[in-house]
Amino acid sequence: MQNADVIGADFPKEPKVNYLTNGTTLKSWLLTKDHKRIAIMYLISVSVFFFMGGLYASAIRLELLTPESDLMQSGTYNKAFTQHGILMIFFFLIPSIPAILGNFLLPIMIGAKDLALPRVNLLSLYLYWIGGALTLFSLMQGGVDTGWTFYTPYSTTFSNTFVMAVGLGIFINGFSSILTGLNFIVTVHTMRAPGMTWFRLPLFVWAQYATSLVMILGTPVIAITILLLAIERVARVGIFDPSIGGDPILFQHLFWFYSHPAVYIMILPGMGVISELISNFSRKKIFGYEFIAFSSIAIAVFGFLVWGHHMFVSGQSIYAGLVFSFLTMVVAVPSAIKMFNWTATLYKGSILWDTPMLYAIGFMGLFLIGGLTGLFLGSMGLVVHLTDTYFVVAHFHYVMVGGQVIAYLGGIHYWWPKMTGKMYSEFWGKISAMLVFIGFNLTFFPQFILGYQGMPRRYASYPEELQVLNIFSTAGASVLGVGLLMPVVYLMHSLFYGKDAGDNPWMLPGLEWRTSSPPPTENFETTPIVTWEAYEFGEESGLDLEEAKRREAITTVR
Amino acid sequence: MQSWVPLFPEQASTFAWQVDLLYFYLIIVSVAFSIPIVAAIFYFGVKYRERDKFATPEEMHGSIMLETVWSIIPFVVSMTIFLGGAIVFYNQFRAPDDAMEVYVVGKQWMWKLQHETGHREINELHVPVGRKVKLTMTTEDVLHDFSIPAFRTKADVVPGRYTYLWFEATKPGKYHLFCAEYCGLNHSGMGGFVYVMEQRDFDNWLSGNVSGQTPVEAGKDLFENKLGCASCHAGGPQQRGAKLEGIFNKDVKLVGGQTVIANEEYIRNSILNPGGQVVEGFQPIMPTFKGQVTEEQLVSLVAYIKSLSGVTGTTTAGGTNSNSANSSTNSSAANSSTSSAANRGNSNTQGNRPAPANR
Repeated sequence: MQNADVIGADFPKEPKVNYLTNGTTLKSWLLTKDHKRIAIMYLISVSVFFFMGGLYASAIRLELLTPESDLMQSGTYNKAFTQHGILMIFFFLIPSIPAILGNFLLPIMIGAKDLALPRVNLLSLYLYWIGGALTLFSLMQGGVDTGWTFYTPYSTTFSNTFVMAVGLGIFINGFSSILTGLNFIVTVHTMRAPGMTWFRLPLFVWAQYATSLVMILGTPVIAITILLLAIERVARVGIFDPSIGGDPILFQHLFWFYSHPAVYIMILPGMGVISELISNFSRKKIFGYEFIAFSSIAIAVFGFLVWGHHMFVSGQSIYAGLVFSFLTMVVAVPSAIKMFNWTATLYKGSILWDTPMLYAIGFMGLFLIGGLTGLFLGSMGLVVHLTDTYFVVAHFHYVMVGGQVIAYLGGIHYWWPKMTGKMYSEFWGKISAMLVFIGFNLTFFPQFILGYQGMPRRYASYPEELQVLNIFSTAGASVLGVGLLMPVVYLMHSLFYGKDAGDNPWMLPGLEWRTSSPPPTENFETTPIVTWEAYEFGEESGLDLEEAKRREAITTVR
Repeated sequence: MQSWVPLFPEQASTFAWQVDLLYFYLIIVSVAFSIPIVAAIFYFGVKYRERDKFATPEEMHGSIMLETVWSIIPFVVSMTIFLGGAIVFYNQFRAPDDAMEVYVVGKQWMWKLQHETGHREINELHVPVGRKVKLTMTTEDVLHDFSIPAFRTKADVVPGRYTYLWFEATKPGKYHLFCAEYCGLNHSGMGGFVYVMEQRDFDNWLSGNVSGQTPVEAGKDLFENKLGCASCHAGGPQQRGAKLEGIFNKDVKLVGGQTVIANEEYIRNSILNPGGQVVEGFQPIMPTFKGQVTEEQLVSLVAYIKSLSGVTGTTTAGGTNSNSANSSTNSSAANSSTSSAANRGNSNTQGNRPAPANR
């Protein structure tokens, strides 16, 4: 079947109806049950939130160019960093890979026609929109200044900003996350194509599965926490505020019980993308498939047991601190296992340095730093000095941006030909990947040093002697900003002027490359039967490499 | 001294070298892990870069041997980091007995401090070099965090409870004091300096400042005159309120048979929420003083009640955790029996047990 497609690509023919051309009215988009269309709508809306979060980030970096709070007053600054955090975490990082790439690819990669619950999938999108719209509305009304952590009693008793509206926005958005996770789990269990056994699943699917577990188990807790916060704020029932009989540390426990696992909601899908990229661009079966798959599950499970490492100096008992510190060290091991297996995959591969692979290599470097500095922050003796400083800011940006965002960009570049049928400019792609890498390091590496100097986070003004490093950081942020805006331009450009990508531009074995680009609404014309292992590049994969090489030679001569 | 780009903050307390040592150890570990991985990535990336389009490199299966090795090595290394961190933390956590006490009250957006001698400071703290100093801290409103980077220590300040922090400065000088827990509008302005002085200069500074009442004196004044606590808690055997002399850090039997340690937290709670933990043999008739006493007055009252047990400010506070007064379980009773035994021996000296108080 798929060989016929490859050969057929040589001859001009009627363009097939694909998911993009199957209905062009607005209604056909807004009421679609097609996971691919829903993913595209997520892509657009998530990008809007990413852009807005980025605007707040640039405002923050500009303010910190000078020691005094001169560009913004401290009240405005407090709102800027709060809103940067809320938009980036709840409306960009958490939905990015699962809701866009996961939605688009998970059914295709397991050979299914759609997700198991297509209507629920559309509901997730609408919940995301409602939550997002409510949040944007309250930001325009005046915003919120509690920090994205909403620590009590500041958020319940002292803040005069729009805590309730934003809280409600996050509350609603949480259900979008829960339903997406539920959908993925059901789909992976019930919709796999014949022959697609659990250990033939691409590692991206394993990572999505682990993420979904965390989503459905963790997200309800943040919903409950926000609800309790609302009850205290509105009805003055003493839950978290000690002046009316509550306990502020209780809030921190509840908050981090979700928000630490949420870190894994953000990074695990990224690791899944990187596993795909490393293996496919080395044209070699991934080293230690089972170890990578189970390390995702291990991270998801242990991720639930380490929330207290956010609270080492908050007054929790030393014994709790010791246990949390120990478990934090344990959770480092599965991440290290992934790192070593990725490196080993490169050995004796056939490594193609295309844009997605550049992102993957960049991820490995940045995640290495992000992960290792996590050990600094898990070590109790050191964390007393480092917590609540820029060291923490740098660490989580290395993991979240250096990890998740880089993986997301790598994934978007990798699957862009599949999603749109067009190939972007490889030249600009490489330039942008390198700018992002350089700009990112210049922005955040100085913050490690600032943190060890003791510069506290969330400061609108800071001591003068710290200015030099802050200037480096702001300069880096401008490079990073340019690097992140460039893909918007050349990816858009490729939609209209890009070369046709063909169904399988890199001749890869994954199921998503065995259907047309863009795929038809039902994903496959006939249900595929899987007879090969994941990342099988040899004979058994059934790919006609000889034919592809011949065609490649012809195009090169032309 | 300071380079163009400052890389390390000054080392000005006994913790500093320990924390820095741990930091350097972790940097070495990080470099030792990063260099081989990054070198391997680039070596493989160059050596095995694509030569033939759509090549099919030789298949390779995983290796249990390798997987085991690279699971165990990171685990062992991470355990050394855990243990090192735990040791350093334990030193910071255990406040010494012979520390000079300072009371700290945070409020949006200032630090109010009071020495045992009654000297008050705002956003400044003067301490002598080479003396152990213990801070007992609380806040009037939201969370704050008392952070002194040059001492490599900090602790959250939590409303409704006491938290502790201790240090021994080693080098005279002027060091940043920050609030490190976000507390609202002027968070970045909530801070000042810690001045570390030679003992002689510190004595001069003390004598040059007009000191008000000491916390114990102020507490006595509140107790006897302003709040009228004495009308019930002092006097003969028929007094209506529980006897306060000699109770500090001792077991107290409550109505209902539970037992708590009468530490600072318990005293504070009993003033604000008297019906919560009533001493056996007494009626819950005491009115609450919530809203009538400020955090600073509470600190003074606690200091005075401690002094009734012959405890001067230089001893360490009772409870392990700041709210352990609430946990009236058997284990807390068992813990405190050792402390009361120690107290019986020298009840009028500074013989309280070396409690593992919150830093």
